[in-house]
Amino acid sequence: MRDISVELKNISKKFHTIQNETMAIDDISFKVYEGEILAIVGPSGCGKSTILSIIAGLVKPSGGILNIKNKNIGFMFQKDQLYEWRTIFKNAVIGLEVQDKLTQNNIQKIEEMLENYGLGSFKNHYPSQLSGGMRQRVALIRTLAVEPEILLLDEPFSALDYQTRLTVGNEVGTILRERKITTILVTHDIPEAVSISDRVLVLTERPARIKKEFNIVFNTMETNRTPMKCRQSSEFGEYFKNIWEEMDVVE
Amino acid sequence: MLLSDKGMSEEHKMFLEGIKKEKRVIKISQVILLLVFFGVWQLAANLKIIDTFLTSSPKQIFDLLLKLSENGMIFKHLWVSTQETIVGFLLGTTIGIITAILLWMSERAAKIMEPYLIILNSLPKTALAPVIILWAGAGFSGIVVTAAAVSVVITIMTVYTGFKNVEEDKIILLKTFGATKLQILQKVIIPANIPIMISAMKVNIGLSWVGVIVGEFLVSKAGIGYLIVYGGQVFKLDLVMTSVFILAITAGIMYFIALWIEKKVIKY
Ligand SMILES: Nc1ncnc2c1ncn2[C@@H]1O[C@H](COP(=O)(O)OP(=O)(O)O)[C@@H](O)[C@H]1O
Ligand SMILES: [Mg+2]
Repeated sequence: MRDISVELKNISKKFHTIQNETMAIDDISFKVYEGEILAIVGPSGCGKSTILSIIAGLVKPSGGILNIKNKNIGFMFQKDQLYEWRTIFKNAVIGLEVQDKLTQNNIQKIEEMLENYGLGSFKNHYPSQLSGGMRQRVALIRTLAVEPEILLLDEPFSALDYQTRLTVGNEVGTILRERKITTILVTHDIPEAVSISDRVLVLTERPARIKKEFNIVFNTMETNRTPMKCRQSSEFGEYFKNIWEEMDVVE
Repeated sequence: MLLSDKGMSEEHKMFLEGIKKEKRVIKISQVILLLVFFGVWQLAANLKIIDTFLTSSPKQIFDLLLKLSENGMIFKHLWVSTQETIVGFLLGTTIGIITAILLWMSERAAKIMEPYLIILNSLPKTALAPVIILWAGAGFSGIVVTAAAVSVVITIMTVYTGFKNVEEDKIILLKTFGATKLQILQKVIIPANIPIMISAMKVNIGLSWVGVIVGEFLVSKAGIGYLIVYGGQVFKLDLVMTSVFILAITAGIMYFIALWIEKKVIKY
């Protein structure tokens, strides 16, 4: 059995406002194994972002137990959240800057990553000069720069247009697999979940509970699996149909 | 947007040419408007349509300006007022920004202070000038504090509102890297609000001049405000007009310095 990286046990969360209280999550339990890519799908407003915030320690759960082996967490949002006053390079290193890890070695690594992801010549540009896809790539580099052991992705591609979303999704999915980073990907795009992840959790409507779990295995691709190849594989449609049926009942 | 000059099409050249032309037309019109204004004024004075005892005339202003420059008098007065304005401006702006930072640090303090700030903000600060001058001294210090008082509250409100309006996710992002509150302030809150702080500064230049002139009306022995009051008392309207003219030019120059700084600082 592989090592467990993150474990949620009976986690629940209520949000309190003056008008009312909202039960966002009700008794969620799941494990994420090391190096695994887990996708969470569910209707919007069901509590997916809340789950990530709890794992990241940004929000305290109302009840339950959270076990995390490693506290070094990277978070990527729907919007790239690049700081418009910083150049691309300065944006990419902000995490290192905050953690006081701006070593020559790390700077060089960032420069290499920018180069590898086709952003080398945009190093000194400002975010407003880049396309949405490029910006999201910078956001990924910024996240990977601090070498997180766990990556939380909150609908990271949903602000991109369809074409870019496929490309960036493919790139990111490939990188995650190469680097064997433990990842939780929240999305409401079923093809995205199937093509990128090893396992898909389907959540109910709010308050979120786990409705169904799917292991995603592509027998044709034991090694060098990429999201694009998965999309073209014959098993893809079956997974899509099964998950979609689960989601559809909910709607 | 990343096209080089070489790759420019004929159409794009025409487009840029059009923009340049439009800018030129506006500049020329602005100059013409100024010349017409002074021309009509002078003409009306020459034709005795207006009483130059009350309105002065561009020629009188110009002659007086020459005379006052020759003996250096005008520069002495201008220097006094400019000093007061700069010190008052720096004081008001710095205290304003620092207070906004402190309020951001403690949301509770901000909530407690809110109604007082709103009332202070709607109060015409110049009404307090006589009191301020009594407290801070009837001279340079009193005038400087008056100038600072005019701009400080509005600075606090504008800058604090800017701080609060920083997108929550931009802050959360930094928190995911384990940022401290001080780091959030340094790396998000302040840089995100540089444009707001600079536009507050632009407003404050004008406000500080208001404070200085009012202060000088009340107590001073020198300065542009003093010249204006003195000119009014002895019915030398050309002295009043000349002073106002100098005031307009100096305030304008300061504003353009602020614009220049803005261009230097905000590159994105
Ligand atoms: N800070 C908060 N305060 C109050 N209610 C919140 C807060 N954050 C989320 N909620 C509520 O919790 C529910 C789940 O939100 P969220 O986790 O963002 O859903 P999802 O990411 O699945 O769209 C929603 O009904 C939302 O309105
Ligand atoms: Mg969400």
